Amino acid sequence: MIENIMLSDLSLVNWSRGQFALTAMYHYLFVPLTLGLSFLMAIMESLYVKTGNPEWKRITKFWMTLFGINFAIGVATGLILEFEFGTNWSRYSWFVGDIFGAPLAIEGIMAFFLESTFIAVMFFGWKKVSKKFHLLSTWLVAIGASLSALWILVANAWMQYPTGMNFNPDTARNEMLSFWDVFLSPVAVNKFLHTITSAYVLSAIFVIGVSAWFLMKKRHIVFAKKSMVIAATFGLITGGYLIFTGDGSAYQVAQKQPMKLAAMEGLYDGQEGAGLLVFGMLNPDKEWNNDEEAVLAKVEVPKLLSILGYRNKDAFVPGVTNLMEGGFKYTDEKGNKHTALSAEEKINRGRIARTALGDYKDAKETGDEQAQKEHLETFKANFQYFGYGFLNNPGDIIPNVPLTFYSFHIMVGLGFYFLIFFVLILFFLFKNTLQNKRWLLWLALVSIPLPYIASQAGWIVAEVGRQPWVIQDLMPTIAAVSRIDATSVQITFWMFAAIFTALLIAEISILTKQIRTGPKTGGQ
Amino acid sequence: MFETLSHLALQQYWWFIVSLLASLLVFLMFVQGGQTMIYTLGKDEIERKVIVNALGRKWEFTFTTLVTFGGAFFASFPLFYASSFGGAYWVWIAILIAFTIQAFSYEYRSKPNNVLGKKTFEVFLFLNGFLGTILIGTAVGTFFTGAEFIIDRYNFVEWQGAAYGLEAVLNFQNVALGLAVFFLARTAASLYFVKIIDDEVIEKRARKQILFNAIPFLVFFLFFVFKALTTKGYAYDMESFVVSMEPNKYLNNFIEMPWIAAVFLVGVLLVLYAIFRTYLKGGSRGFNLGAIGVVLTVLALMLNLGYNGTAFYPSSVDPQSSLTIQNASSSEFTLTVMSYVSLLVPFVLAYIYYAWRAIDLTGINKKDVEDKDDHTY
Repeated sequence: MIENIMLSDLSLVNWSRGQFALTAMYHYLFVPLTLGLSFLMAIMESLYVKTGNPEWKRITKFWMTLFGINFAIGVATGLILEFEFGTNWSRYSWFVGDIFGAPLAIEGIMAFFLESTFIAVMFFGWKKVSKKFHLLSTWLVAIGASLSALWILVANAWMQYPTGMNFNPDTARNEMLSFWDVFLSPVAVNKFLHTITSAYVLSAIFVIGVSAWFLMKKRHIVFAKKSMVIAATFGLITGGYLIFTGDGSAYQVAQKQPMKLAAMEGLYDGQEGAGLLVFGMLNPDKEWNNDEEAVLAKVEVPKLLSILGYRNKDAFVPGVTNLMEGGFKYTDEKGNKHTALSAEEKINRGRIARTALGDYKDAKETGDEQAQKEHLETFKANFQYFGYGFLNNPGDIIPNVPLTFYSFHIMVGLGFYFLIFFVLILFFLFKNTLQNKRWLLWLALVSIPLPYIASQAGWIVAEVGRQPWVIQDLMPTIAAVSRIDATSVQITFWMFAAIFTALLIAEISILTKQIRTGPKTGGQ
Repeated sequence: MFETLSHLALQQYWWFIVSLLASLLVFLMFVQGGQTMIYTLGKDEIERKVIVNALGRKWEFTFTTLVTFGGAFFASFPLFYASSFGGAYWVWIAILIAFTIQAFSYEYRSKPNNVLGKKTFEVFLFLNGFLGTILIGTAVGTFFTGAEFIIDRYNFVEWQGAAYGLEAVLNFQNVALGLAVFFLARTAASLYFVKIIDDEVIEKRARKQILFNAIPFLVFFLFFVFKALTTKGYAYDMESFVVSMEPNKYLNNFIEMPWIAAVFLVGVLLVLYAIFRTYLKGGSRGFNLGAIGVVLTVLALMLNLGYNGTAFYPSSVDPQSSLTIQNASSSEFTLTVMSYVSLLVPFVLAYIYYAWRAIDLTGINKKDVEDKDDHTY
């Protein structure tokens, strides 16, 4: 931990990051549909139990088949993801395991068993248990799925905004002080609501898109329309909430991760009353310390970024350059005023903290209590910047701006599109002319991949945008990685890439076949 | 209520929870065992479908238990999570892949357009059953024989083993435990088939398999236990935390904690009784009794490993780096919080039991899997 970072570690950390990103991105291709479709199935089955209409049972069973095909891969990739914290990020696992492990365990005990136990009843219990118990099982699967999302997102939120803990120099790790601060941190609450609603929207669009295909083929018309009504209503409600929580998320980022916000907007020179870009093209030659224009072409809503980030139309939003150079004034959450430090100064303080920790350990071994006390005080005074002490260059604190910027804008643009899309679908459904609107049916079909793109983009903003940190300000990825040889990670990266890709191909192939077969036989 | 417990008591409580999850996992690996017998017991397509579906209703319990075991171990003993997973990289990756290929194989096996073909998914199920059990057993073997790592003063691990964990297979005692787990899983699977499959021919074949698998299981298991009880073990002083080698450490643990020894003996006897009863008479009670027996046996071995000043994950290159429930655990606060969460465990076990029984009430036969109206694999 005190040793310096070698160049050879860069290859290791990059392959490890690549492997984690690969697993997470594949995982998140399957998870959102599971999260949302389970609720849609539960609503459909509720209608079956309430009305006794067997058409609803047929509808439920069809979507359930697609759910099962999709669910299996989410489970497979999820297993790898959980254990990769240990295999590839073992130093991280120790440094924060006291806090980070708890949500993972709670997820298993509280959510995964609920999900997997009642999935068995849901799939195999149609003839074995009562109607009501079956319906309860379907609801419990949906609740279990969303609960598992809750806990892993609490864990992720904590990495973005570490809170409710204290560093223990004797064990050399962060230890939990308040479970509620971790669980109910504003970042966690927003992250959960934003992610889960995005999953609901994705599922709604999936169901609408597949149903639109049936309408185009003039097959199973009643089935398709009923499915669409449920999905579009669900999508519209959750889509509105998605945008609302997106705004909440941006506010949290501005407060806790100003560098990420600057990257999201391609903002280099901060300003008061900053505008939000609706569209923009970044200048590839822009560096934080040159005079190039940051954005070449843009459409901007004035003052909106200041409002979004600080709830004040004239608030100062620092850009990348400001965050590098420091010197600007800002107010923290407790209302205290500060002058920002430069990146270089933060690195210096981080190094002081790291050295003090080493000195404290030395003093402890020799039994020098006075020295222990002094070093501990130095350490505590600078701990806030601990993670900076691992960085070699100030420029290391800047994430990949273009990737973050474009991902953010694609996500936001698509989010608004989804809302309009749901309104259109509902409008024509209620006018009962949807099946004649071939352009809209086509639009629905080609819209299926869009929420997947938006979800992946959202995760890129969240994870690439916070680089170099694995835990904001406290631990960069390079200090978190397991010290194994890069070749091993390289090999496992390609192994996972091959397995996941084969799986994706098999899944799409099976799924499309089941859809083509349709609800009559395919729903069984 | 948990606030009044000492840190040590919480550590012991959590070692119990982790041990319970481990023992449930070993029992539930009958699914893996069964996956290696699809072609031994199923001579035609429809018979194999019955067998796959009998297992397919249960695979998620095993899988979820594995995931929860990982999560609970991480939350309660993070230093183990960091040291073993981050060091014995290749063993754990191999285990992960062995389980990953299971997760979709049931669902995709008989679906049209599954690209890879039915056989491939059956091979995946076989590999999961074969490698998953042997590798997990071998990895747990190192809990007794030791692994090659050093923990620095910042509690970061430096792995010394040349093959990032694969070196564990060079010690036959580890492999013997792996093989014991493998044959136990197949024995338990045979008991399960006798109980659940409503088909005379398959049942007859399964009963025969009980003995074929129970004998090698007993040979490897007794060899492992004999070696463990008669060789030196890694003991530590619970005051000074100094690790030392103690002759017959695990035997001494049984003597000094007779209730654990009693649980172990009852467990082993139950397993033996279940095997012979079902082999001779058939019926469904054997599986249930065997399940309790396996859970008790593994639980007792795990408790022996963690309690009474024993290092549960010893380092053979630097014994002072060995992990104990005291130096590897989470803070007192986190363990207290987690202990409240653990109160959910009996509730979880209760609904699993209820749902399991609801599904198993009628058994499974050829007619069930041919019913087009049902979800089948």
